[in-house]
Amino acid sequence: MRLVPFLISSIITIALIVVLSLQWGTVPPLGNFLSPQHGLWKNAEDVEKSFNGDLSFPGLKGKGQVFLDDRLVPHVFAENEQDLFFIQGWLHAKFRLWQMEFQTYAAAGRISEVLGAGANDRYLNYDRSMRRLGMIYAAEQSLVAAEKNPISKMQYDAYAAGVNAYIDELTPDQYPIEYKLLNYKPEKWTPLKTALFLKYMSYDLAGKDDDFEFTNLKSLFSKADFESLFPLYADSLQPIAPNTPESPYPTRPAIDITRPANADSTYFNYRRDSITNILAQKPDRDNGSNNWAVAGKKTKSGRPIICNDPHLGLNLPSLWYEMQLSTPDFTAYGVSFPGSPNIIIGFNDHIAWAVTNAGRDVKDYYELKMRDENMNQYWYNGEWTATTKRVEVVKIKGKPALNDTIAFTVFGPVMYDNHFKVDSTSIKYLSVRWKAHDPSNEGFTFYGLNHARNYDDYLAAIKNFTCPAQNFLFASKSGDIAIWQQGDFPAKWRRQGDFIMPGTDSSYLWKGIIPQQQNPHLFNPSRGFCSSANQASTDSTYPYYLGNVFPVYRGYIINRKLSRMEGISAEDMKAMQTDNYNVKAEFARDILLRTPVNELNDDERKYFQLFRMWMLRNDPAERGATIFTLWWRELEGAVWGDEFSRSNLPLSWPSENILIESIHKDSAYKFIDDIGTVERESLDGVLVRSLRKAAAKLKALEKEGKLEWGKYKDTRVNHLLRQTAFSRLHLPIGGGAGIINATKEDHGPSWRMVVELTDDVEAWGVYPGGQSGNPGSKYYDTFIDSWASGKYYRLWVMKPGEQNDKRIIAKLSFSK
Amino acid sequence: MKFTTSILLIVILSFALGLYLPWWSIAIAAFVVTAFIHLRPGASFLAGFIAIFVLWLALAAVIDMRNQHILSRKLASLLPLGGNSFLLLLITALVGAIVGGSAALSGSYLRRRS
Repeated sequence: MRLVPFLISSIITIALIVVLSLQWGTVPPLGNFLSPQHGLWKNAEDVEKSFNGDLSFPGLKGKGQVFLDDRLVPHVFAENEQDLFFIQGWLHAKFRLWQMEFQTYAAAGRISEVLGAGANDRYLNYDRSMRRLGMIYAAEQSLVAAEKNPISKMQYDAYAAGVNAYIDELTPDQYPIEYKLLNYKPEKWTPLKTALFLKYMSYDLAGKDDDFEFTNLKSLFSKADFESLFPLYADSLQPIAPNTPESPYPTRPAIDITRPANADSTYFNYRRDSITNILAQKPDRDNGSNNWAVAGKKTKSGRPIICNDPHLGLNLPSLWYEMQLSTPDFTAYGVSFPGSPNIIIGFNDHIAWAVTNAGRDVKDYYELKMRDENMNQYWYNGEWTATTKRVEVVKIKGKPALNDTIAFTVFGPVMYDNHFKVDSTSIKYLSVRWKAHDPSNEGFTFYGLNHARNYDDYLAAIKNFTCPAQNFLFASKSGDIAIWQQGDFPAKWRRQGDFIMPGTDSSYLWKGIIPQQQNPHLFNPSRGFCSSANQASTDSTYPYYLGNVFPVYRGYIINRKLSRMEGISAEDMKAMQTDNYNVKAEFARDILLRTPVNELNDDERKYFQLFRMWMLRNDPAERGATIFTLWWRELEGAVWGDEFSRSNLPLSWPSENILIESIHKDSAYKFIDDIGTVERESLDGVLVRSLRKAAAKLKALEKEGKLEWGKYKDTRVNHLLRQTAFSRLHLPIGGGAGIINATKEDHGPSWRMVVELTDDVEAWGVYPGGQSGNPGSKYYDTFIDSWASGKYYRLWVMKPGEQNDKRIIAKLSFSK
Repeated sequence: MKFTTSILLIVILSFALGLYLPWWSIAIAAFVVTAFIHLRPGASFLAGFIAIFVLWLALAAVIDMRNQHILSRKLASLLPLGGNSFLLLLITALVGAIVGGSAALSGSYLRRRS
C-alpha cells in the first residue's frame, strides 16, 4: 500500500461524497439528486407506466377497487365507508403527497422549517404570523369538535391511515421530487393535519381583512369623505338574496346590536391612528367564485342545471383532485382536497352542490392595555386580568429554532406585541378575534352533502358549516334549487370591526351569532334562478352589518344574463362560464368617451379610437381591454392619488365600482380636484391627463407586442414553490377581474363545473392542472390547455359492472 | 483485459449496491473492484470513471427516453442548463464518474506496494 497517495485519494473521494451530499443554498445535494437509482430520474415517469396493482393493508375491513380512467381520474368502489376514506387517503398520497403535506406546513406556520428564514426573514415572518393568528390552536379546537362526532372521527382516522399506508411503503428514491429538491422527507399524516388544511382554507377565504388599512384611512379622511369613498352598498348591487315577499328579510335583529355608548369618541374618532407594518403575505382579495343554478322552467331539459367556478390562486399541483367515491350506499363525484376526505364540490345521484365565498368580515382586532411587557395581565372590565400563554416553537432550516410566546385573551391571541410589531413608532398590543378560532366541524358538511338526497338533507348538512362562510348552492333531480349564505356570522353593528376596536372592556366584543335561519337564502325563487359571485348577500334592509368590501360586477352580469335566458342548455352554461364580457367597462364607457378629443395628440387619439371601437370583451386578442384597464387605473390615480399620497401608511383604495358610480352621480365629483394645485381641475382635464399617462405605457407595451389583452395579462399557473420550470406560463386566455371568466395573471377559475340534473346526471368539468402532482408525469398538467381554451371534459360516473369500459386504463385492488 | 473486466465489475456491483444503499455506494463498488483487480493508478481511475459514467448515463438515458424528456427538460431549465436534457444527462454521468474514478484510484493505492 502506498500510504500517502492512498490517504490523499481517499480523502479526496470522501470529500467529494460529502460535498455532493450537502445542500448548497438552493442547490440540492447533487450526488443523490442526480443518481439514476435515487434522485430526480426516479421521478421521470414512464409515459407508458401501468398503474395497475394488487394491494393489501391490514387497516382495511373489506375489499375495494379503484378504476383509473384515461384522465387518471380514480373511480373508487368500497364495501364500506371506512375503507372508502382509507383508499381516498391512499390515492391522495400516491398522487399528491408533497403538496398535501406542504399545504399543512403553510397552514401551521412551518415554512421556515423547509425553506429557511428567507430573504429579510420573509418565510419566518409568515410562519410567526400564522402561529400568532392562532392557526394551530384553531386546528386543535376543530379537531376536538370533529372527534366528538363518531362519523367524522371514523373518516379522519381512516383517511390518515390510508395516507400513512402509502407513506410507510415509500422508499426515499420514491419521494416526490420536491422533497429531493428541498432535501427533507415526509412525516406521518395525522387527523390534525386534515384539520390544519381545512383551517388553511379558512385563512384563504375568511382571513382577509383591511382593518389596519381602514384604521389608517380614518387618520386621513373626514367621516363624510370616508363614507363617500367606502360606501356599504354599490348602486349596481344585485344582492345574492334580494328582500322579496317570497323570501323576506327578518324585520329586526334577533340580538341587540346597538353600538357602544362611547363609540363616537373612542371608535369613530377620525384622525387618530397609524399602523405602519402590514403583513407582506395576505390572502388574495379576489379569492372568490361564481355559482348559479337555473330551475327546470328555464332549461331545455326541464331539469335544473347548476354551475360553479371557484376563483383561487392558480397553482400546480392543483388544489383540486378529481374523483368518484362509491359505496353500496352512495356515489359522489367531483373534486376533492388532497389533505381531506370527501368530495368538496360535486354531485351525487340525487343532488348537486356548489360553493362561493361569503367574504364577510369575521376577523377583528382589539387594542389591549397590557400591564407590562411580560404580557401576564391586561386591563379588562376595570381590573387586571391574567392572560394565558402558549409557546410556539418555530423551527428554521439551518438555524436554531425560535420560541415565540403568544398571550391569549378574551379577545383572542395577541397577534402583535413588543416582539412582533405592528407599528414602527410605538408598541401596540393587538388581539385578533377570528371566527375560525371557535370549535366546529366543517368536514361534516361535506360528508352530509356527499350523501344528501334532497333539500332537507342539504340544509341539515350545511348547518355544520361555521367558517369560512360560503354561499352553498343546491339543485336536485326533483327540481328544487336553493342558496344559503351559510356560516356563523357575528351580529355586528354598523362598521363594527372595520377599524381596530378598543379592547379594554366587553362592550366592543361580538354580541352573538346571527341565528342560522336568518342567514340570507333563497329557495325555489319565482325568478327561476339562484346565483352568487361574492357580492353583498343582501341590500341595506337586512338588519345586520355585512362588512365593507364586496365585488359587484360578476354578480351583476350573471344575474342580467340569467334573467334574460330561457330554454337553457348545458352548452349555454359553459359559454356563460367562460364569457369575457366586461360589464364594468360598459358602465365606465360613457365617462371615458367624454374625453375632449381635440386635446389629444396622435398617439392618445389612436388609443382613444381603439377604445371607442372596442366591443367590451376581454378576449385574448382584444387591444381595447388593455387600453381600458390601464386608462382606468390612471384615472383612479389622477382622481384619488393626491389625497391618498398624503400618507405613507398602508391604505386600501376604493372598490372597483366607486369611481364609476361617483362620477355618474356628479361629474364635478369632489375628488377630481387636485389638492396640490390652486386651480380647480375638471373631469375633462383628468380624462386627458390619465389617457396621456396611459398612452405612454401603452406605446411601450405595443413595442413589446404586448398590447393584446391575453399577452398583457400573461396568465400563468404557478408551481407552489414558484419554480418556473414546474409552472405553466403565457397561457392564451382572456377574462379578468369583474368578468365571469375571472382569470387574472395567476388567479382565477380553479375548477369549472356544469351539472344538469337529468335522470342520468350529465356533468362537465375541467381544472387548470392534472391528476398527478409529479412534474415528471405526463398527467401533471394535462388539463391546462383545455381549460385555457374554454373546453370541458364530460364527467363520467362509473357504474358497477362497467369495469371493461375502454376509458379505463388501470385497476387497483385493495384488500386486507 | 483486466481493465475491461474491472469496468464491467464496477458497473455490475454499483448497480446492485445502488438498489439497496445510498448513491455513494458507487464509490464502494469502484473501490472494492480496483482494490482486488490490480491496475496502474491511472488505469484504475479511468476504469472507475468510465464504469460509472456509462452506468449512470445509460440508466438515466433509458429513463429519460421512456419519460419523453418531460422531467429532464424542466430540471434542465431549473438547474439551470438552458432546458437542455442532454446536458443534464452529461452532468449526471460526470458527477457519478468523478466519484467513481476517485474511489477507484483509492482502491488501487490500497493494493499497490510502495
